Amino acid sequence: MSTIAHTQKRGFAGTVWEYLTTVDHKKIAILYLIAGGLFFLIGGIEAMMIRIQLAVPNNDFVSAGLFNEIITMHGTTMIFLAAMPLLFAFMNAVMPLQIGARDVAFPFINALGFWLFFFGGLFLNLSWFLGGAPDAGWTSYASLSLASEGHGVDFYVLGLQISGFGTLMGGINFLVTIINMRAPGMTYMRMPLFTWTTFVASALILFAFPPLTVGLFMMMFDRMFGSGFFDVAAGGNTIIWEHFFWIFGHPEVYILILPAFGIFSEIFPTFARKRLFGYSSMVFATVLIGFLGFMVWAHHMFTTGLGPIANAIFAVATMAIAVPTGIKIFNWIMTIWGGKITFTVPMLYAVSFIPSFVMGGVTGVMQAAAPADYQFHDSYFIVAHFHYVIVGGVVLALLAGCHFYWPLMFGTMLSERLGKITFALFFTGFHLTFFIQHFLGLMGMPRRVWTFLPGQGLETGNLISSIGAAFMAAGVIIFLINVVNTQVKNVQVGRDPWKDGRTLEWAIPSPAPFYNFKQLPLVRGLDAFWIEKMEGKTEMTPAEPIGDIHMPNNAFAPFLISLGLFIAAFGAMYQVDDKPWAIPVLIIGMAITFGSMLYRSIKDDHGYHIHKEDLLDDADKGGTR
Amino acid sequence: MAAEEKFSPQTWPVSPEQATLEGKNKFLGFWFFLGGETVLFASLFATYLALKDSVPSPDHALAKDLFELPLVFLMTMLLLTSSLTSVFAMYHMKNYNFKKMQTWLFITVVLGLAFLACEIYEFNHYYHEFGHTFTSSAFGSAFYMLVGFHGGHVVFGLAWIIALMIRNAKRGLNLYNAPKFYLASLYWHFIDVVWVFIFTVVYLMGMVG
Repeated sequence: MSTIAHTQKRGFAGTVWEYLTTVDHKKIAILYLIAGGLFFLIGGIEAMMIRIQLAVPNNDFVSAGLFNEIITMHGTTMIFLAAMPLLFAFMNAVMPLQIGARDVAFPFINALGFWLFFFGGLFLNLSWFLGGAPDAGWTSYASLSLASEGHGVDFYVLGLQISGFGTLMGGINFLVTIINMRAPGMTYMRMPLFTWTTFVASALILFAFPPLTVGLFMMMFDRMFGSGFFDVAAGGNTIIWEHFFWIFGHPEVYILILPAFGIFSEIFPTFARKRLFGYSSMVFATVLIGFLGFMVWAHHMFTTGLGPIANAIFAVATMAIAVPTGIKIFNWIMTIWGGKITFTVPMLYAVSFIPSFVMGGVTGVMQAAAPADYQFHDSYFIVAHFHYVIVGGVVLALLAGCHFYWPLMFGTMLSERLGKITFALFFTGFHLTFFIQHFLGLMGMPRRVWTFLPGQGLETGNLISSIGAAFMAAGVIIFLINVVNTQVKNVQVGRDPWKDGRTLEWAIPSPAPFYNFKQLPLVRGLDAFWIEKMEGKTEMTPAEPIGDIHMPNNAFAPFLISLGLFIAAFGAMYQVDDKPWAIPVLIIGMAITFGSMLYRSIKDDHGYHIHKEDLLDDADKGGTR
Repeated sequence: MAAEEKFSPQTWPVSPEQATLEGKNKFLGFWFFLGGETVLFASLFATYLALKDSVPSPDHALAKDLFELPLVFLMTMLLLTSSLTSVFAMYHMKNYNFKKMQTWLFITVVLGLAFLACEIYEFNHYYHEFGHTFTSSAFGSAFYMLVGFHGGHVVFGLAWIIALMIRNAKRGLNLYNAPKFYLASLYWHFIDVVWVFIFTVVYLMGMVG
C-alpha cells in the first residue's frame, strides 16, 4: 500500500493546482459556490437589463434582438448555471457531514460533475462574444429555435448538454453516498431533512436529465447534422421537443425547490429550538412531491392542443401536488409554534419564505385549472408565478443557506447586521418586482415582450417592478460586501457557531478537517448532536477506535475530460460553416476526453491512508479539535 | 480487506465485486446509471414510435420495405449469445479462474464485433438500396438515432471490455479489478436487453405494420 504524505504545495499556484485537481467534497462545494455565484451575478445583470428596458414604454435601451438573447440567457443561466450549482454547493458541503461520512461515494466523479458543469456554463456564456447568444427562450421550442440564425442556439444545445452530463454524475454520486456511506446508527428515518431532499432531488436528476439529453441531441442533430426530428417538411414533429423539454423541465423545478425546502427544514428547528414538527410526514411529502413531479409535465402545454382528456388528467395531477406541499408548510409553521425563536438572518429568510412561497403556490394551483390557463398562458402572470416560487423559494433558501452554512464552509461568520440589510432590501425588492407582475399579466401584458406602448395602463406597474429589481440588486451588492468583509477579517468562529446546531455537521470543527470525522460518530436518533447535547455531552460518542483513514488521491483527469468536450463542442458547432479546422477540433476534443477516461481506467489509483499516529498527533497539538 | 491483496480460489470472497466499499459503491452507482440509461432509451423509443414511417414524400422507403428478418435474427442471436458468454466469464471471475474468464470475455468480444459488422452491413444496405439515411426523413433520423445509439453503446462496451482484458492480462484478478469486470459485463447485459426491445419494437413491429 502506497502511502503519500499529505504535502501541500505552497503559494498561489499551489492553491490553484489543488483546486483544479481536488476530489474533496468540501473544496468542490466551494468551487460550486464560486462558479454558481458568478453565473448568478451574470444572470442578475441580465435581469437588470430586462427591467431597465421595460421600465418605461417604447424604450430602446436594448434592441429587440438583443432583448431576446438577454431573456433567454437570463432564464438558462439562472436555472442551469446558478440555482442548481449553488444548491450542489450546499449538498456537497453539508450532506456528507450530515450523514457522518468521511467522503462521498465517488470523489472523482464528484469532481468530474463540477468541471462538466463549469465548462458547459463557460461554453454557453462565450456565445456573447462569438456572434450572439441563444435567442429562442430558455425553453427553446423547436419551431422557433430551428429558425434561429447564427450559432446562438448551438451554444445553448451544446453548453447544456455538457453541463447536463455533469449534473447527472453529481446526482448519481449523491444517491450512492446517501445509501452506502451513512454512519453507524444513521438509519433512513434519522437522516436530516436536507439529506432527504438531496436524496429525492438526486433521484429526480437521474430520471429527468436523460430526456433532456435526448431532446438536446435531437436538436443538435437537426441544427448541425441535417436530421429531421422537428422539421415538419421532413416528416418531423415539433411537439416532441416540447414533451421532452417538459418531461425534464417539470421535475427540474422540484430538483430546485426540494433542496431549498431541505435548507429551511434545517433552519427552522435550529432557531426555534424545537425538533422539526412531523418529521415522518415531511419525508413522506418530499418523496410524494418527487413522484408526482413526473406526472404533471403537460400542464406547461395546456394550450398546445393535447385535447381535453389529457388536459384534465394533468390538471388534476398538478393540483394534487399542492397537498404534500401544504403538509410541509403546516409542519414548518408548527415547528416555529411555541418555539424559543431567535431571529438570525437565516431565520428571517426562513420565516419570510413561508408566505412568499405560498403565494407562488396559490397562483400555481390557479394555472393548474386548464381553462383558466388559456388566459394566463404566456402572460406576465406566469412570469410572476415562477419568480414567486423560484425567488421566493429557491433564492431565499440560497441566501439563507449562505448565511447559515458559511461558518461550516469557511469557519467565519457573515455579519448579521449587513445580512439583515441584505434581507430587508432583497425581500422588499422581490415583492415589489413580482407582485405587480400578476396584475400586468392579467391586464394583458405578454411574456417575453420587448417593449410596450404608452396609454395601455402598463406604465406604472412596469416602473414599480423595475424599481423593485433595483432593490434586489442593492441587496445582492451588500451581500457581496458582507462576504468580502468577512473573508478579509477572517475571524474564525470554531465549532457549532450558532450554538444550537442539531445535526452531525455541527459536531465537528468548522471548517471540517479534510477527513471529516476522525472517528465515525454513533448516531442514536434524529438530531444526533442535539441528543448528545441534551445529555450534557459536547461531542458525539465515537462508533469506532481511532484507526487509519483511507483517502482518495487528487486527480486532474476530471478537468481534462470536461475540457475535451468543451473543445469538441466548438468543432461540432463550426463544422456547419464548413470551417476546415472544425472537424479536426472535434476529433481532438473527443480524443482528449476519451483518452483521459482511458487513462483513468487503466491507471490504478488506490488512494492513500492517513495513519493513526498522525491523527493522534493532531489531537495532541490541539490544532483541529 | 485491502484491494490488491493476493487471493487463492479458497480465499476469494463469494461476491468479489462487492467485497470492498469501493466495489459496493460502484455496483450501486452503476445500477443507478443504468436506470438513467433506461430512461434515455425509453425517450429514444418514444421518438421512434412517434416518427415511424413519417416521411416527406411517398417515394421514401418505409419500415416494411426496409427490414429483412434473417439478418436481424442473426444479429439477435449473436448478441444474445454474447450476453450468455459474458455470464460464463463472470462465473469464472467469481471462482477466481482468470484464464477462463479472459477466454469467455474474448468470445464475447468476438460475438460483439460480429454483431457490429452485421449492423454496418445493414446500414450500408439501407443507404445503397433505399437511400434511407439519417437525413433523408424524420423516420430515418429516428431510426438511426435509436439503433445508432445502441450501436454506439456496443462500440463503447467492446472498447471497455478489451481495455480491461489487456490492462489486467498479466496480473490476474484482485478486489480492485473484479468490480470493473463485473460492471463491464453488467453494461453488456444492458446493451443486450435494449437490443431485445429494438428487435421487437423496430423490426418485428416494423414487419407487421
